[in-house]
Amino acid sequence: MEKIIVIGNGMVGYKFCEKLRAKATKEQFSIQVFGEEPNVAYDRVHLSEYFSNQSVSDLEMAPRSWYVENDIELITGELIINIDRENKKITSHTGLEASYDKLILATGSSAFVPPIKGSEMQGVFVYRTIEDLEAIIEYGKTSKKAAVLGGGLLGLEAAKAMLDLNQETHVIEFASRLMPRQLDQGGSDSLKSKMEELGVNIHMNRNTASILGEDKMTGLEFTDGQLLAADMLVISCGIKPRDELATQCGLEVGTRGGIVVNDLLETTDKDIYAIGECALHKNFIYGLVAPGYEMADVVVDQLLDGKEKVFESYDMSTKLKLIGVDVASFGDALCEGTPHKPIVFEDNVEGVYKRINISEDGKSLLGGILVGDAEAYGMLLQVTLNGMALPPNPEDLILGSRGGEAAEMELPDTAQICSCENVTKGDICKAVVDQNLENIADVKSCTKAGTGCGACTPMVTDIFNDQLKSMGKSVKKVLCEHFEYSRQELFDLIKIKGIKSYDDLLDAHGSGDGCEVCKPAVASLMASIWNELILNQDTIQDTNDRFLANIQKGGSYSVVPRIPGGEITPDKLIVIGQVAKKYDLYTKITGGQRIDLFGASVNQLPDIWEELIDAGFESGHAYGKSLRTVKSCVGSSWCRYGLHDSVSFAIEVEERYRGLRSPHKLKSAVSGCRRECAEALSKDFGIIATDLGWNLYVCGNGGANPQHALLLAGDVDSETCLKYIDRFLMFYIKTAEPLNRTATWLNKMEGGIAYLKQVVVEDSLGIGTELEREMDFMVDTYKCEWKEVVNNPELRKKFTHFVNAEIPDPTMQFEAFRGQKKPVDWDVALVESK
Amino acid sequence: MTETLAYKTVTTEEVSTWLEVAVEKDFPSNGGVCAEYKGLQVAVFNFTRRNEWYATQNLCPHKQQMILSRGMLGSEGEEPKVACPFHKQTFSLKNGENLNGDHCALATYPVKVENGYVYVGFKN
Repeated sequence: MEKIIVIGNGMVGYKFCEKLRAKATKEQFSIQVFGEEPNVAYDRVHLSEYFSNQSVSDLEMAPRSWYVENDIELITGELIINIDRENKKITSHTGLEASYDKLILATGSSAFVPPIKGSEMQGVFVYRTIEDLEAIIEYGKTSKKAAVLGGGLLGLEAAKAMLDLNQETHVIEFASRLMPRQLDQGGSDSLKSKMEELGVNIHMNRNTASILGEDKMTGLEFTDGQLLAADMLVISCGIKPRDELATQCGLEVGTRGGIVVNDLLETTDKDIYAIGECALHKNFIYGLVAPGYEMADVVVDQLLDGKEKVFESYDMSTKLKLIGVDVASFGDALCEGTPHKPIVFEDNVEGVYKRINISEDGKSLLGGILVGDAEAYGMLLQVTLNGMALPPNPEDLILGSRGGEAAEMELPDTAQICSCENVTKGDICKAVVDQNLENIADVKSCTKAGTGCGACTPMVTDIFNDQLKSMGKSVKKVLCEHFEYSRQELFDLIKIKGIKSYDDLLDAHGSGDGCEVCKPAVASLMASIWNELILNQDTIQDTNDRFLANIQKGGSYSVVPRIPGGEITPDKLIVIGQVAKKYDLYTKITGGQRIDLFGASVNQLPDIWEELIDAGFESGHAYGKSLRTVKSCVGSSWCRYGLHDSVSFAIEVEERYRGLRSPHKLKSAVSGCRRECAEALSKDFGIIATDLGWNLYVCGNGGANPQHALLLAGDVDSETCLKYIDRFLMFYIKTAEPLNRTATWLNKMEGGIAYLKQVVVEDSLGIGTELEREMDFMVDTYKCEWKEVVNNPELRKKFTHFVNAEIPDPTMQFEAFRGQKKPVDWDVALVESK
Repeated sequence: MTETLAYKTVTTEEVSTWLEVAVEKDFPSNGGVCAEYKGLQVAVFNFTRRNEWYATQNLCPHKQQMILSRGMLGSEGEEPKVACPFHKQTFSLKNGENLNGDHCALATYPVKVENGYVYVGFKN
């Protein structure tokens, strides 16, 4: 077994481990990883998301358990200070020693801090690690005005973070352009005016002479003598390769830094490789993640004696969203010194700038720049990389064809679609065919395309859809063999045609006799549209809905009265106790702050409910695909930290949406402060109090696939919060597939949370009022189902086990269990032995 | 499992006793009820949509639960079926075969309707 040590647990170091474990057995290589930061490798590309969602685990490349599962020994918070090449040994700052057969340096880079006087002062930060961000967030609490030094990619990311921290934000750039490596003057001007619209102040051609202040910084002085007051400064002028270890052990490093590597990523010691931002290849440091991943791939190939791969150069094309502005630069974007014919399109009203560089012979595309609208990026990049023939009027590439057919380009199979994971169009098409993939999520997980930076997702989707079409498959999602419609289409049919019974719908728009898939789905749709008593059509309901209770092992049912917000009086508690005692029911507190009573036979249900309703309870709809509970913390009426009265709001929310039938169950919670004791972030919609109002989060999930809810609207008042929930829930009810929780629905939604925000908050589809009206109808027509049954002798008669005997099911058996009862187990030995 | 053994398919020709289960209007449309006969539990289904009646054992062989009368009726292609409420195992109403798994087939019983009364046939 060969012993591999990786120094550096960043994105590239992690990717190396992932690739090596994927391609070789655990017996071939043992892997030991040393990381200097306390956290496991995280996604530095999306670091600025940490400002809006302060969760380290969301950013992690893989959880710590992944390393354990893959037999990788990960030691974090350990700085390697010495490499003994002769004995192949390394030493850490705590004196830890380890020997290697092959050593991988993935030490990355640190922020480059230019030699400016005063940079040691309080309030001066770099933008590189989670600790940097935490320090910035802390300092930002007392700061009002922030300057960012550097108008490159990273600087503009940092500027976005400053905006998120509510700072008056200033960007200072030494050059005459923003993103000088990627953009020309026109692109930079366009980006600058967009940024200024968004509230970022931009100062070009400024050379910073010194940082002013005594202990704490107070401002900047430029070489032209001008001053800028600022409470804090974030330096993001570029990166500096971490090559100090290489220098210490005598490996060759570049004059301006970086560990010198050849095309095989070997350093001057054959047993030591360098990959990622610390490696200097052909005098170039690659500051992007995709080439780093490619390097990791080449080294894995070396270790496996593949000798097939070499690292020659890497396309530095890039597309990203900076503070909401699309920016892309591809191929030879600037063509400085290359003969070319540029075609430029500029729209100062919309803030769009596009430039493509055509070769002098007019036959090929060399590169270009897109600002404000980068939709064509994927296509243009492919045309550039594959040397594809240009359309007769090359300007069509950025303007779209005016009249006639659109300029659609058929990509070759070799076209690289996902540069992060090196996936070609051919790989995607082959996976779709061979593995019979039917949705984009499967395509992503099987091919890994689109799982890196995500920029290629629209292209992956297009290729997937085209491939399905070429295979003659329809992409349409139909409910089941009885309805050739999606759930959303059935919703519209039922509503527009006013259909109120399942049989009428099946006669008019379906075939056959229905099944256990379409019946409950249609039942749910009709309940969401007409809100009539579901027992009017009892045999199309799932069994829980049919008997308005939850079926349990042995065929008994459980009963859950509604306890809005989890608040209950002692008198009502006593009633629950008395009912449980009288009917010998097992009682348990649920996760949703209410009480579940188990072990009722079907014929006891109406009697039990009669007593509960007399005491003022109503159905808790624990049996329905509908709103369950709105959990709450105790809130400001008692809690010394509480900002608002979370219990009162939880009760209001629960009573508003009680009984609302939806594609799947709905859970909610209200927390009275950011300590979040009600766990609102794990709910379909969760509300957390802020100083100014409420933050509304949506599409969270507990259960098998936990997912944190995402912010839909911040600092809204109660009325606005309810308005957005109305719209959100109705939009979900109308558009989700059957039995998709809100999290799954959002995961499948094109455009994700940004699109959902547009629909719900900005009302981009113009349906906001309609959704609210539909919800008002549901609220106004709410009735307690159990009250209806208890008061209706005909309905009560349905709650029997035998039609020809007035006894409960004699096979239903219970046994004593910790002072209560439980059903006898469904004995596996009894199950048929076929 | 004495109950399972006791459930044996009965053909119309073999019937020695017709049990009067209930009047027709006591049956839900497109749904079932459970009838008791000498310790046996039989699920009797009124498949209104097909204008057909079926009877099977009430016991679902998957987890040995007395439940099928509360199951949901439907069709798979031409085959009428019932889905168990517990884990959605489906069984043919014609021959009792498990359609989406390999559990034992259900025993089935003949049903007749006379003068508004519904009868299930047993053999002694």
